[in-house]
Amino acid sequence: MLRDALLVAGKDLRIEARSRVALWQVLPFALLCLVLFAFALGPGPAALRVAAPGLFWLAVLFSTVLATQRSFAIESGEGTRDGLRLSGIDPAGIFLGKAAALAVQLALLQVVLLAGITLLFGVRLHTVWLAVAASVLATVGLSCAGVIYGSLSAGLRVRETLLPLLVLPIVAPVLLAGSRAWSAALSGSVSAGSEWLKILGVFAAVYLVVGIALYGPLQEAS
Amino acid sequence: MAPKAMAPAVRFHAAVALAGRFPALSGVDLTVAPGEVVVVVGPNGAGKTSLLRACAGLLAVTSGEAMVLGHDLRGERADVRRRVGLLGHAAPLYDELTASENVRFAVRAAGLPAAAAAPALTRLGLVGRLGRTTVGRLSAGQVRRVALAALVARAPELWLLDEPHAGLDAAARRLLGELVAEAAAAGAAVLLSSHEPDLAVPMADRVVTMAGGQVSGERRGGRRPLLSSLGSEDTNVA
Repeated sequence: MLRDALLVAGKDLRIEARSRVALWQVLPFALLCLVLFAFALGPGPAALRVAAPGLFWLAVLFSTVLATQRSFAIESGEGTRDGLRLSGIDPAGIFLGKAAALAVQLALLQVVLLAGITLLFGVRLHTVWLAVAASVLATVGLSCAGVIYGSLSAGLRVRETLLPLLVLPIVAPVLLAGSRAWSAALSGSVSAGSEWLKILGVFAAVYLVVGIALYGPLQEAS
Repeated sequence: MAPKAMAPAVRFHAAVALAGRFPALSGVDLTVAPGEVVVVVGPNGAGKTSLLRACAGLLAVTSGEAMVLGHDLRGERADVRRRVGLLGHAAPLYDELTASENVRFAVRAAGLPAAAAAPALTRLGLVGRLGRTTVGRLSAGQVRRVALAALVARAPELWLLDEPHAGLDAAARRLLGELVAEAAAAGAAVLLSSHEPDLAVPMADRVVTMAGGQVSGERRGGRRPLLSSLGSEDTNVA
């Protein structure tokens, strides 16, 4: 399963490196979200600093939808969809591979977004490990949930509009817990942030296990 | 031809398959032995592609008997899929990967070393600049050759070829004939659908005619006798 996951992740990342969709579309979209949110909130630096964690995670969530759509767009042709099913690759390996490739892209996106909120909103992380832990857990959860719901909508003609409707409500706990954990990381309140890490950890574990167990049947149904 | 004692590569009896809510196969009876080349002909909508997709485990058989390579398609589709190779209308390739990367991905997915791709790439003429070109920049015929190379490199036990001559030039068509003959000689079963009987029938040990989701006619025998018998009796093929 791990070998299959590495194979699929390598394939997806190679395709992404060639097409540069994440670089030229997803990343600018995420930065644009930050700028527009800042416009909406006004020029007050105090309000921007307070809102920064929530805006960061909103931008990550919206970008997750785009990156997930892209991840399944490369498998949307009849030939590639059938090819993957006939390839002999364990469905759990496909799930892990696609989730890993998506996670790598989301992690890189968060690094750029962190630079963005630092420059735009003037925030500074006091407890770096807490922010990193929250990001890691949230990224695992978002990528696993994204691949599950991306697979569900992959075979449908309305997948572009359906995916946000499926994913955004489901990942709302990540928005809440991620924002709170990052607020705690900004203020240095470790104990408050640790509680939110547990929620992110449970979310990631649930979607990881569900994806490994159910990706095969989901692939058949889509 | 395989010895009689050997289990059939494909054994369908009264097999029914649905495509959505509509019947795609309506009681197919068909047996293909290991090492046998069977060509399926028939008009559009006869069920040729559905038959191949059912054999690949991509179309669910809802009733009747459907055994492929010793596995029941109604419960062991994953086991079947690992052992068959399907060349369908749409190539199972990624536009952003090069021809050689696509073939290497296919062989590694099948659990073979990446080096197993090299002989197939060479055989299909996908070396040098062509092998390093991304599939999205290749012509339709070249894409077909890459898909064929991926299938050859995996060495499946059952070849399922849906209109394999489409888009191929004369040299590639000759090569396809050689590859099919070699696969059959090595013991693989080949089920090939075609709208071009002039090209496909000379490759066949047996020709099956389909109509309305069923097998409506069949001619058995060696390749040369088969050619001579078809001229008078299978004139309704598309």
